[in-house]
Amino acid sequence: MSTLQLNAVSRWYGNVVAVNDVTMTIGPGVTGLLGPNGAGKSTLIGMMSGFLPPSAGTVTLDGEPVTGAPEYYRRVGMVPEAEAMYDLLTGWEFVLANARLHKLPNPQAAAGNAIDLVDMREAAGRPIGKYSKGMKQRIKMATALVHEPDILLLDEPFNGMDPRQRMHLMELLTELGKAGKTVLFSSHILEEVQEIANTIEVVVSGRHAASGDFRSIRRLMTERPHQYVIRSSDDRALAAAIIADGSADAVSLAQGVLDVQAVDFGRFVHALPRLATTSKVRLLEVTPADESLESVFSYLVARS
Amino acid sequence: MNSVIITLTRRALLGKRRALLLMLLPALLLGIAALVGAGNGADAAGASGFIQGFALGTLVPLICLLIGTGVIGPEIEDQSLIYLLAKPVRRGTIVLSKLAVAYGAAVVFAVIPTVAATWLAGGREADVLLAFGVTAALASVTYVTVFFLLATLTRNAVVVGLLYAVLWETVLGGYAPGVRALSVRQWSLAPAEQIAGTQAATWGIAAEVGLTTGLIAIAATIVAGIVFSSRRLARLQLNTSE
Repeated sequence: MSTLQLNAVSRWYGNVVAVNDVTMTIGPGVTGLLGPNGAGKSTLIGMMSGFLPPSAGTVTLDGEPVTGAPEYYRRVGMVPEAEAMYDLLTGWEFVLANARLHKLPNPQAAAGNAIDLVDMREAAGRPIGKYSKGMKQRIKMATALVHEPDILLLDEPFNGMDPRQRMHLMELLTELGKAGKTVLFSSHILEEVQEIANTIEVVVSGRHAASGDFRSIRRLMTERPHQYVIRSSDDRALAAAIIADGSADAVSLAQGVLDVQAVDFGRFVHALPRLATTSKVRLLEVTPADESLESVFSYLVARS
Repeated sequence: MNSVIITLTRRALLGKRRALLLMLLPALLLGIAALVGAGNGADAAGASGFIQGFALGTLVPLICLLIGTGVIGPEIEDQSLIYLLAKPVRRGTIVLSKLAVAYGAAVVFAVIPTVAATWLAGGREADVLLAFGVTAALASVTYVTVFFLLATLTRNAVVVGLLYAVLWETVLGGYAPGVRALSVRQWSLAPAEQIAGTQAATWGIAAEVGLTTGLIAIAATIVAGIVFSSRRLARLQLNTSE
């Protein structure tokens, strides 16, 4: 059982702050590091894997500082985001080379096990350069698993995988988590994370925006104020009806459209057709204005 | 040293277009040497001038630039080096293993072609061949180490190395007296002058520095290159995608 602890960690490149004062604990089980592209997920993984010293704060593994000393990698397996590997080697040769670099007592058996775990036995004899992106991801995963590490740090491991490969890897990570391994994987797709992660850490713009199981994160996301843009046959009459009803928190008329903000979106979406009917207003268009994941993330940052 | 790293490095170095270029440069040297030899006949002094100017002054640094940067630069550039760094292997072992491949490649692509070119250009005496063989070997090992270090320091190692090879070693190292004493080419020529003995003047072999100074300078450069490369790998920050 291993626990990674980030304590008030920041990392900047020149004037750009990539990670800002993040404190989080990654314990046994599967943890999803969720955030939009450029949020600082890879930088966080880089610091946890010992390749990036924090500009401020500390990263520790079971209380010991993570320095990137060679011995650290006996306990850690990594899937880096970078796609490049040794393309001239076959998948088998590459995983075997990784097993040998770990100085395992039986590298052949270890490489065989890791390749079986990621379901790459059939394609293992082909050069990596000829693999699809999903196959490359699986071979990267095999190199991370070959020495059976306590901790797995996986940067966007599902990138480029087809649904079947994705399902297979999800099952594998779930099993590893149940076996007591500390598994951290990053993703920018909520559905991917909520499927398997026991804990979700949300990062936005380098800041730790939220933490918890997927239900609490989901709740945060659904309880946020929802924005709608409405076009109708009589915006003023509809606005008056919505305000009188009290099902929205803010209503504004601008540039020929009605902007509505509702915290209780369930109540609002039920009230809107009723209000339009009683006001004799025809609804022409109702568009949710902020359903993108980025806007959800922005909300989480604003409230944190 | 680590046999897995040696194998990975060898396959990466010899498996790409870089290998073609590595073969082209010695082929160019041998072709021109044959033309020089055909014009001069068995003239050791003529061969010596050609080898010092063209082989040691230009082609050996260029070949070593390709090899020294080629055994590590592409892996830093595409970040695949992370697979070696994320292992319980000392950084010094990674450096020595990669340099072992680079030194071997330098013998094949720089030292042996230089000796063969010396013979083709008309330097048929054993002492001339030995002198330029030793010079090419010392220069190659030194250049490869320097260019390897350069590749760990900057992603523009080939351009910086090219400027160094052309401006410092070829132009200034050939003509400016002050710079000559700080030139790898001159350090490597010191043993050649000793080997040539009384024939050194006849063959036009004159190093800017003495044997001891030359060998110490070479040894110091190689050791410093290995130490700094290892330190650099320990601090290398591959993860800068964000």
